[in-house]
Amino acid sequence: MTGMLPPGFRIQRETNTEEFFINMGPQHPSTHGALRLALRMDGETIVELVPHFGYIHRGMEKQAESMSYLQYIALSDRQDYLTAIQNNLGVVIALEKGMNIGVPEKAEYIRVMLQELGRIASHLVFFACFGGDLGGQTCLLYGFKEREMIHDILEEVTGSRLTTNFFRPGGSRYDVPDTFIPRVKAFLDHMDGTMKDYERFLSKNIIVLERSKGIGILSKEDAIAYGCSGPVLRASGVNFDVRRANPYSIYDSFDFEVPVTYNGDCYDRYTVRIAEIHESMKILRQCIDRFPTEGPWRSKEKPVRLPVGRYYSEIETAKGLYATYVVAATTGEKPYRIHTRGPSFPHIAALNKMVQGHKISDLVTILATLDPVIPEIDR
Amino acid sequence: MQESSSFIPYIKRYLKRCITGPWSLLCGLSVTFKYFIDPRRIVTEQYPENRKTLKMHPRYRGRLEMIEDADGNNHCTACGMCERACPNASINVLSTKNIAGKKVLGRYVYHFASCTQCGLCVEACPFGAIRMNQDFEVATTDPNTLEMILNKKEGQG
Amino acid sequence: MFVPSVTNPIGDFVRNLVPQVTAYLPVAFQSETLDSVVAFLINAVICIIAVCAVNIGSAPILIYMERKVCAHVQCRLGPMRLGWHGTMQTIADVLKMLFKEVYAPSGADKLMFYTAPMIVLIAPFMVCALIPFSKDLVVADVSMGIPLIIAVNGFGVLGILLGGWSSNNKYSLLGALRSGAQIISYEISFAMILLFVVMISGSTNLMDITMSQQGTVFDWWIFKIPVLGFIAFILFFISSTAEMNRAPFDIAEAEQELTGGYHTEYNGTPFAMFYLAEYIALVTNSALATTCFLGGFHAPCIGFAPVDNVLNMVPGLVWFFGKVFFMIWCYMMVRWTFVRPRVDQLMDFEWKFLLPVNLVLLTAGAAWIAISG
Repeated sequence: MTGMLPPGFRIQRETNTEEFFINMGPQHPSTHGALRLALRMDGETIVELVPHFGYIHRGMEKQAESMSYLQYIALSDRQDYLTAIQNNLGVVIALEKGMNIGVPEKAEYIRVMLQELGRIASHLVFFACFGGDLGGQTCLLYGFKEREMIHDILEEVTGSRLTTNFFRPGGSRYDVPDTFIPRVKAFLDHMDGTMKDYERFLSKNIIVLERSKGIGILSKEDAIAYGCSGPVLRASGVNFDVRRANPYSIYDSFDFEVPVTYNGDCYDRYTVRIAEIHESMKILRQCIDRFPTEGPWRSKEKPVRLPVGRYYSEIETAKGLYATYVVAATTGEKPYRIHTRGPSFPHIAALNKMVQGHKISDLVTILATLDPVIPEIDR
Repeated sequence: MQESSSFIPYIKRYLKRCITGPWSLLCGLSVTFKYFIDPRRIVTEQYPENRKTLKMHPRYRGRLEMIEDADGNNHCTACGMCERACPNASINVLSTKNIAGKKVLGRYVYHFASCTQCGLCVEACPFGAIRMNQDFEVATTDPNTLEMILNKKEGQG
Repeated sequence: MFVPSVTNPIGDFVRNLVPQVTAYLPVAFQSETLDSVVAFLINAVICIIAVCAVNIGSAPILIYMERKVCAHVQCRLGPMRLGWHGTMQTIADVLKMLFKEVYAPSGADKLMFYTAPMIVLIAPFMVCALIPFSKDLVVADVSMGIPLIIAVNGFGVLGILLGGWSSNNKYSLLGALRSGAQIISYEISFAMILLFVVMISGSTNLMDITMSQQGTVFDWWIFKIPVLGFIAFILFFISSTAEMNRAPFDIAEAEQELTGGYHTEYNGTPFAMFYLAEYIALVTNSALATTCFLGGFHAPCIGFAPVDNVLNMVPGLVWFFGKVFFMIWCYMMVRWTFVRPRVDQLMDFEWKFLLPVNLVLLTAGAAWIAISG
């Protein structure tokens, strides 16, 4: 057991202590939902962790078999509710591949802008929960404060704050209202100052540095082997972002960086996400400059019927790689099977590797930096 | 930890942290103090008091309702597209036959309890007969009120 | 018999009143000893009521204040509904807490479980009795004030340990053990800072310490010794925060890790007692900081006679509580700003930083006394 531990975290066995078992969750303030972690502990040190899922399993993939494609878009909101608008796009792109229809330019801009707003919203929740789980309740409120502004924008555009159900094959459900661009501009201006404050508040705080540097190291090899993606993978030094590696929508026409750090510890995962907020704001600024005021926002409406075949799409949500695999066995409105590959599941799978030898407080930090959303794991 | 093997860098790091640490904490305190003294930053809304000024966006998806004119006439033809579009079977369109023998809307039954407000029914309606209204205070103590009949008149058109 | 060292108008009034009243009694009951015993008892009861009033009365105010401070730091409004700006909210919450059903988890050691919150409450009450609130308002003016505070202040940890252990819950036990280790460590720094104050002021009596700071603001111990006083004040602030188990040193509760730590299993009145103890400790520690560093009940004179005369007209009690509430506000700002260190880092901080700095400080303080004579 001790051979697997990271250096410097070897369990001291001078006194013969008895290991014991702690059940963390499913009702625990920092497991981010109904996640149960069975911990084998030696004092305050974690020897082994076994995650248990399934407390909110809803059988979404089975439900999808009796649903139409459009209905599945609405259902995808309920997977990762922090990035609902991004999940919509993941499903829609797969459907577009099947229907073989193009997307007008304005619709693409709407998509990219809402994607990046959703990414900022999700990363703000991460910022909030990271601070909150470290014990700074104020941070929790700060993150959610700005997220509310994004939700107000989303509500005006899509009609719902959280479960957006907005994108449709060939475009989106509505055109954006005239107030959309000014509001996003105002939001970005507000965010500039606020992010400065928030980084001052948390990023260089000595306690945060002590709590997160060198904690929960996920090596590059492990991150790839476990199938991690998104900020968790990039914090481990792998430069992989679907927006860059396999561009969808019009992401190839934007100028943005893919932040990569190489330590793979909690602090790196934090900095990657904060940097991604800034990159998203950069993309949004470019969108605002180039946003086409004229032109259709949706290609000619067609019934959503997919020909027989298998269609795959992958996008980069705030959490990581979100892939949809649609199998259409008969031409029609209903799929034979839709499989979703969510980003949070592999991250939780890698949790045991990361927490061994750390204290129970570190488990909370590590879990916060993985930023899992349990409904997306359970589906 | 393993840094203790080399003494001088350890002491250097220790002293550096003694300087940067309190400074970083002061930076954090300055942020909270700035937020503390500035009442304009408060984002709380006093909800029941501001009810008058609280307006939902026109796209807000509240409760489903039927677009009817003053006489209670609507555009519904009881085609059942909304019923098929609904993921939760929250809508039952009960058709009837009018005097001319044409299929018309009898009752438009809406189960609000199981509705997720996805708006697919509105999108599916080819005649623009239904819409989502801007009600957001939809809580009730009586579950029977969640079963609604949306059309006022039966068997019209 | 009991001889008060501080003449107190209320005490003197009672002592004068009792012989006058007993004069009406039959001769058999008239004796000087009896009079002094009765006067002592009446004074004792008044003292107990006063301490309870200060402590229990300040708790709802502090809870309200904490809610408002925390809300405004977090860009919220805090309680706004009950009474003017939610002033009655805490009272309603206290009532709710008192009327809740009290139950212990199965397998808990019932006796210990219910004794623990009472033990926790004792320590801050006893400290409060030693604090000079004004020139003639102190319950127990003992000459060994500081050693008594050091001895009593660590008493609360016993209750926390008992409560955590008797709850029959692993989270509670972890929280209690953390708390035990933490308080025993930080007790050392806490005692050393108080020792520093004793050294420079030359007395262990809290009244004498206060009187040694008479004069202007620059005679307060925080400013009187250049730099050292301020460092000592900051160190006292840190170690007293740890003593109180308040964030950022609330690893014993650690809601995000241990779901409440030692009071996970408590509810209703016992929980309210833990809560009360936390806030009373806040008052007493702030009062201690005020007495030792901020000139106690002395007005913040600036050495300019017209202003000083006006400032001195305000009673010492007002200045004292003004300073106490300023200290409490500082504790609250710190609580709502910082994140929590890990348990081993907390120990590292004490043993590798606070303790060495304290020793250096003591030495430097001694040197300063030697130089300045």
